[in-house]
Amino acid sequence: MSIIKKLALAAGVSALLSSAAYADLSGKVIGFSQIGSESGWRAAETSVTKSEAEKLGIDLKFADAQQKQENQIKAIRGFIAQGVAAILVAPVVSTGWEEVLTEAKEANIPVILLDRGIDAPQDLYLTSVASDQVKEGHVAGDWLVKTVADKDCKIVELQGTVGSSPAINRKKGFEDALAGHANLSIIRSQTGDFTRAKGKEVMEGFLKAEDGGKGICAVYAHNDDMAVGAIQAIKDAGLKPGTDILVVSIDGVPDIFQAFVAGEANATVELTPNMAGPAFAALDAYLTAGTVPEKFIITESKLYTPADDAQGEYDRRKGLGY
Amino acid sequence: MVEGAEPVVQARGIVKIFGQHRALDGVDFEVRPGEVHALLGENGAGKSTLIKILTGAYQPDGGEVLLEGAPVRFSDPLDAQRHGIGTVYQEVNLLPNRSVAENLFLGHQPTRFGIVQRKVIEARARDLLAGYGLEIDVKAELGSYSVAVQQIVAIARAVELSGKVLVLDEPTASLDRNEVAKMFEVVGRLKARGLGIIFITHFLDQVFEIADRVTILRNGRLIGTKVLSEVTATDVVRMMLGKDLAFDHGGVGVAEAMQGPVRVEFKSLGRQGKVAPFSLALHEGEVVGVAGLLGSGRTEMARLMFGVDPADCGEISVGGRVVNIRNPAQAVAAGFGFCPEDRKLDGIFGDLSVRENIIIALQAKLGWFRALNRDEQIEIAGNYAEALDIRAANHEMPVKLLSGGNQQKVILARWLAIDPNFLILDEPTRGIDVGAHAEIVRTINRLREEGLALLVISSELDEVVAYSNRIVVMRDREMVAELSGADIAPSVIVAAIADNPGAKVTAEVGA
Amino acid sequence: MRRIDWRGALLRPQFMALAAVLGINWLLFPGFFDITLQDGRLFGSVIDVLNRGAPVAILAIGMTAVIATKGVDLSVGAVMAIAGAVAAVLVTGGSSAIVAVGAALLVGLLCGLWNGILVTYLEIQPIIATLVLMVAGRGLAQLVTEGSIVTFSDPVLIFIGTGSLFGMPMPIVIAAVLAIGATLIVRKTALGLLIEAVGVNRSAARFSGISSGLLLVVVYTFAGFCAATSGLIVAGDIRGADANNAGLWLELDAILAVVIGGTSLLGGRFSIPMSVVGALIIQAMNTGILISGFSPEFNLVVKSGVIILILVLQAPMTSQWLRKRMSEGKAQ
Repeated sequence: MSIIKKLALAAGVSALLSSAAYADLSGKVIGFSQIGSESGWRAAETSVTKSEAEKLGIDLKFADAQQKQENQIKAIRGFIAQGVAAILVAPVVSTGWEEVLTEAKEANIPVILLDRGIDAPQDLYLTSVASDQVKEGHVAGDWLVKTVADKDCKIVELQGTVGSSPAINRKKGFEDALAGHANLSIIRSQTGDFTRAKGKEVMEGFLKAEDGGKGICAVYAHNDDMAVGAIQAIKDAGLKPGTDILVVSIDGVPDIFQAFVAGEANATVELTPNMAGPAFAALDAYLTAGTVPEKFIITESKLYTPADDAQGEYDRRKGLGY
Repeated sequence: MVEGAEPVVQARGIVKIFGQHRALDGVDFEVRPGEVHALLGENGAGKSTLIKILTGAYQPDGGEVLLEGAPVRFSDPLDAQRHGIGTVYQEVNLLPNRSVAENLFLGHQPTRFGIVQRKVIEARARDLLAGYGLEIDVKAELGSYSVAVQQIVAIARAVELSGKVLVLDEPTASLDRNEVAKMFEVVGRLKARGLGIIFITHFLDQVFEIADRVTILRNGRLIGTKVLSEVTATDVVRMMLGKDLAFDHGGVGVAEAMQGPVRVEFKSLGRQGKVAPFSLALHEGEVVGVAGLLGSGRTEMARLMFGVDPADCGEISVGGRVVNIRNPAQAVAAGFGFCPEDRKLDGIFGDLSVRENIIIALQAKLGWFRALNRDEQIEIAGNYAEALDIRAANHEMPVKLLSGGNQQKVILARWLAIDPNFLILDEPTRGIDVGAHAEIVRTINRLREEGLALLVISSELDEVVAYSNRIVVMRDREMVAELSGADIAPSVIVAAIADNPGAKVTAEVGA
Repeated sequence: MRRIDWRGALLRPQFMALAAVLGINWLLFPGFFDITLQDGRLFGSVIDVLNRGAPVAILAIGMTAVIATKGVDLSVGAVMAIAGAVAAVLVTGGSSAIVAVGAALLVGLLCGLWNGILVTYLEIQPIIATLVLMVAGRGLAQLVTEGSIVTFSDPVLIFIGTGSLFGMPMPIVIAAVLAIGATLIVRKTALGLLIEAVGVNRSAARFSGISSGLLLVVVYTFAGFCAATSGLIVAGDIRGADANNAGLWLELDAILAVVIGGTSLLGGRFSIPMSVVGALIIQAMNTGILISGFSPEFNLVVKSGVIILILVLQAPMTSQWLRKRMSEGKAQ
């Protein structure tokens, strides 16, 4: 699609939407303090937030904190000084927010947290939009339970960075889903640090240790990048990923859809980069009708399989900055 | 000085031994109240060891220290300070980012109920410094003042904390003429107050200007204590360099060699702030000795010749062809060699083998890709080790395990291996035992006979006289005299070093 | 030429440590030494150790020379990321693989040159000088990839990371060629001796006529080249340039490999082959942990424990004590 066409379409859509559902947000100034761009998913979240804002006619003030809380606090103070209508924050750490959020509250500016929670009194922010990481693991586990049905299935697990909350929660959700199904068991679990290279290396080790992979029925990776690495390791071992060994992971980045197309991966649970959509909806309801939203808005943890138009999903995502 | 007064501090028969080396051997020294007593000697003479014993940093292995007639034993410099002996070093060791007042009373602040009384401190600091003729803002940071002011503050602090004896260890080394005058005014005031002052320096003129008596050390021994009004600068230099005029044997018969063709020539070579431009031509089979006190520019001249410090004027030619020498690599390429004064720092590769230490300069000259193979290395190292009689269990042992004399010979071998045109030896016999000493001197003579041009820097006048065809004298970073023939005699050299107008000086060279 | 005492060499603590780690791996997993041919490519845990150890081994080759000069290069991990990013962005932009590989290696050389100039001519301490690129380099790589993993399908780049030559995986082939080549170059030319001389005493090296400045620049540039090579392998391996994670903390593994290999951080004597052995010890340990089935929480504890043990075994105090014990044993 040419840029001109894209712009025309975007303008049309935003005109349509702003005149209808979100009348009150059009023309409003909203500040967005983003953590940085440490991962593809983060970049996608930024670009989706910007495009959602554009659709609604919001004047989005974007501030990249480059992984530093002090930058975020500075940005938030700046937003307060500018008198913005609302502030979105993807907090880089969970502590140390009371002071600046109190300043926002005193200035009567609602604050919405995106994708990460904080340790602060709940009255300091309007709502928190995030995924449920335990549920993500659970959805992945449910899919595997359903897929293997009564057959025995030995699973190897590629964990995220040791001690990180997604690693802990996605492991727990997956194990919860497997509970009560004795035919499924996790036989090996190691950390792949959420990276492709480590995912591949760890999978290589698993394959060697399990008789060239003959005993492995499925690999569960805490993120798609590790799954992509594991797929390569399985191919190097002379097995067919997706067929000989099932591959299920979490995140829904474009490359996993490409693997779907190639028949090399079986399922992924999307961690949507669209945290801003629900946030804007809640904000609109709050500003127009005074409806106080739920304290925790949980985004959908949607399961995708190759049956879901993998090529189309890949095309939709590849431009988002993943 | 109070004539005949009892010394405030006195050292008797001090002996200090480091390993097998007698750093001090039966040295007597004393300071009387109201006296400025200069302590002189070349590097390694034992000045700093003696001072460290007087101030409690070292304990003597023999002899005793008396304070106002009573034997004392200081456990450390703080103890000595409590007993009245304070020290100020060349490098001011105060806190530059604290105020002058704080520096004066640091660790001894007057307090009331445990709280430092800033106002009181400042008033007292102003009073104290006024006594030194210094009227400055005592609230300003010490570091914002000149080195001279910092020195005076350091002196004031030392005197305040001690009060009987003040040791000044090269306090004027980094001061200009006006600052020195200011410093001497302060010293004069303290002298009038009856303090005993020990003054260590390399500057002879300052000794004559400020001191009452001088004590001269050489190689750990006491050479003598003299009342300065009764001696000349020449006498002092002679004592420092250890040349008794009675021994004078002018021109030992090496002076006839100047007829060989010019091998290396330096024309108006100089560098701002290091060495005034000098000219010197060295002939084949000639040894030119360099005499001068420490800090006279001897080593600086050699560094310029070898490109260690690039010259900012003048030119160098080898065999009549002008060569560009901006760094040692170019000097080596031109066939120059340099045995530096500080062997350990600039000479040897301690962890490398004797073999590698010998072939390294040749290898550097050959370049990265024309490597000497192991057999060639063994051959070369063996030849030169034999020629110079290097005593090592084998040539694969680390050179750091060799004695100082053998290390010096290894460095000499390194340069002979490149078949040099010109060799510079900076204090080649310093810190090596007597046997190796004589061997080095024999080697210098042999190299001369083989047609090499050598420049030898040495404080040992006996030696320089023995092997030099000519001698140049350095003073105040300038080449002030060139002596040859009958003038190659310790008496003439000493006179030239001391700038004694009565002495015979054949040629004035340089700017 | 050096006459090599093979028996003495094999009794070095590094070889004993490698044998011990491999032995433990074998106990944990009896199939550890099995090697099969899979799609014309050797396949087995031992091959994994060599293959996975190759990037750090290659870094260690360059790092050895740097450490021998009494320096250190903290930027190699970041340079890996930059090189991978440059190659990936170029091939996805339509350039030929030759251009991409050439550009990546050139960028590595330039990064090394930059470090060398900072260390030599601006006289910045190596740890600080290379810290600049360590921090900024990863940012540069992220700028090149715009923060995402740039995936490619160029067969040449992929071959560098996952291909094989005569059944031997390419990373092993490249590491072996570099290790042997670098060793021959430093030992057959005068470079080895001159590097050691500069490391032992830079001032004496200068007084001996060694152009130590140029030598240092060359050494750091070579380290940059090694890092870029490593970066290409890592990118080829995952078929993508991951600017955030490629080479992350590998500079520390490389330094550790050099130290385990017996080259002192104080400079001087060095051995490239022993540094490669050091890299293999580290990787054998990593692979061992992977197949052991321990919970990942123990990874770092086990690793650090083994490293401490190796370093203690290597310490001069220990070797003196061992020698004394052995001679006493003989006397009885």
